[in-house]
Amino acid sequence: MTSAITLNDYLVVSGLLFALGIAGVIIRRNALVIYMALEMNLNAANLALIAFSKFNKLVEGQILVFFIIAIAAAEVAVGLAIIVALYRRKQSISVDQLTTMRL
Amino acid sequence: MNHMIYMYGTDWGMGRFPICSVWMILFTPLVAAAFITLFTGKRRGLSAALSIGAILISFALSLRLFLLFALKGIQHQPHPFEWLVIGNTVRIEFGMTTDALALLMLLVVTGVGSAIHIYSIGYMKGDPGFSRYFACMSLFTFSMLGIVISSNFIQIFIFWELVGLSSYLLIGFWFEKPSAVEAGKKAFLTTRIGDVGMMLGILVLWSHAHTFEFTELKAKLPTLGLSIGTLALIGALIFAGAVGKSAQVPLHVWLPDAMEGPTPVSALIHAATMVAAGVYMLCRVSWLILPSETAMWLIAWIGGITALMAASIAIAQNDIKRILAYSTLSQLGYMVMAVGLGGPTQAMFHLTTHAFFKALLFLGAGSVILALHHEQDIWKMGGLWKKTPITFWTFLIGTLALAGVPPLSGFYSKDEILLMAFERNHPLFLIAVVTAFLTAYYMGREVFVVFFGKPRDQHAYDHAHESPWVMTLPLIFLAALSIIAGWYSKVPDFLGPPHEAERHSLLLTGGLIAVPLFGFLVAAKIYWKADPSDAPVRTALGELWTLVENKYYFDELYQWIIKYVQGTIAIVCDVFDRWVIQRLGIGGLSVGTGLLGRTVRHLQTGSISGYAFLIGLGATVIIYCVVVR
Repeated sequence: MTSAITLNDYLVVSGLLFALGIAGVIIRRNALVIYMALEMNLNAANLALIAFSKFNKLVEGQILVFFIIAIAAAEVAVGLAIIVALYRRKQSISVDQLTTMRL
Repeated sequence: MNHMIYMYGTDWGMGRFPICSVWMILFTPLVAAAFITLFTGKRRGLSAALSIGAILISFALSLRLFLLFALKGIQHQPHPFEWLVIGNTVRIEFGMTTDALALLMLLVVTGVGSAIHIYSIGYMKGDPGFSRYFACMSLFTFSMLGIVISSNFIQIFIFWELVGLSSYLLIGFWFEKPSAVEAGKKAFLTTRIGDVGMMLGILVLWSHAHTFEFTELKAKLPTLGLSIGTLALIGALIFAGAVGKSAQVPLHVWLPDAMEGPTPVSALIHAATMVAAGVYMLCRVSWLILPSETAMWLIAWIGGITALMAASIAIAQNDIKRILAYSTLSQLGYMVMAVGLGGPTQAMFHLTTHAFFKALLFLGAGSVILALHHEQDIWKMGGLWKKTPITFWTFLIGTLALAGVPPLSGFYSKDEILLMAFERNHPLFLIAVVTAFLTAYYMGREVFVVFFGKPRDQHAYDHAHESPWVMTLPLIFLAALSIIAGWYSKVPDFLGPPHEAERHSLLLTGGLIAVPLFGFLVAAKIYWKADPSDAPVRTALGELWTLVENKYYFDELYQWIIKYVQGTIAIVCDVFDRWVIQRLGIGGLSVGTGLLGRTVRHLQTGSISGYAFLIGLGATVIIYCVVVR
């Protein structure tokens, strides 16, 4: 009954994770939460990469994952700074309020 | 006579006649024109001296070339230089023709031109545009000489247009007068119509022969095997240029109006030289026209009709210069008719003598006009022969020469044309004889009304005075030429192989002498009295008089055509421009862009979630397309 976990299972989980991330980005209004959802997207990709790396016996996937983690950290640092700056100006981090670019 | 032809390349000093001086004939007047325009505008005396000096140099050099050719049979022919090369199909040279035809014309242009330039000092004295006048005259001389020496069609066409330009500048010389401006415009636009035809003719010819050079074309033409229709088309199109420039029916309307310019200009450009350029060009390319009977027929009849029509208009005009202008039209008609009848030599003979006596008549008229302080109406003159004797006698000589009274030059040249018409085309001969009668009649009328009878404007008469010597001297010079130019048929012999003297009955020759005398008699009967008037002729001719007095309503007809045809086209173009191009084209584009912008801007919601959704959707679609399909 116990069977080995296949590549397909990993990819399904990765895809679900990605879909959840996208859904979060689209549905949620809080900028912080949208950020977290975005991180979920990145991690979905990470998961897929790790799975490929494991099943194909290649190390490149893992290297790429490290890159992504590092870039995500940098991105979060910049993004959080922007959110803080926005909050100082608007007293809110709801994206519904961020419509000044509209004509 | 066997002519030696010297052709020079870069050699500048060969023989006793350096080749650069042949080119100087052409370019000295241009240098003078440029110099006057750029530097001596304020110094009137110097401007006149430059311009007159330039044409005198051209005259002296032309005379030298002419004598070398006529006496020793040496022809100096400069080597042409390359002017324009387009690919390897079109090659245009800037050459110089110095054959008998060109030399004769060079001599006429520079000789008559010199006399008129000198005369201008007196006539234009005190005019504010004195320097400008001489600059334009020099420019004209350059352009006219350019036509004369041209060795190919493109060269002649360019100088042809330059002559049109200088004619325009000089007709509208007194540009503060609206009538002069209108006349200049009319002359320029009317001749343009003919010029377009000429250009088309040149292009059609080129499309068959692939060369513009006269000598090459002449040699090549019989070998091309052109159809009769093509030859007639080319001949007629080239002739169109002459119709415009030489003011033949139906493009003659500009010449009488061109009398708005200063009188020396009328004498030089609109009587002696430029209007004769059409005839000269026809003679230059006579080998092109002669093979086509249709073209010859057209040319002969246009010339004949012009001769008769203009002569009949001249009998009812009241302006001293306009009578001469219609007379010029009529004589040009003779020349064109002569070309059409296959006698370019006779045409050139008449062109030469006509240049002398018509320039003389115009200068005489100018002298009268100046004596009466710019009065041009012949009915306000009268009895002037005592006041201005030199003008009167020279004018009389010009009149007799024009009418064709022996032994003056006009008799010989007109006689040749009439005899040729008698041999080849009887209806045209009849027209020419009637024209000869009318010529004597209207010139008699002008002389009797202007110089005889009792003065009709006593105040003007009392103040009338003979012109200064700078004006009378050219008159005497031209009068002498008008007398002797026809003797011994030197001119026709010079141009071509001596033709065997045709024997005509004494009756014919006597009749041709009697025709102008009869014309003078009729004119004397009506107008040689103390107080002449048109009344007897007016009643005798009735409706016909009204018709000729109004110049056969040509101007009215053209006005009508312009108003309705050109006006209609203008309205159509206007509507098209306003509604199709402006509203639909440019306006439609602008409104369309605006509408599109206003529609698309609604996509710009500013909602981050919306953008994220669209990005996701887009990415999905792209991936679906790339991976699945």
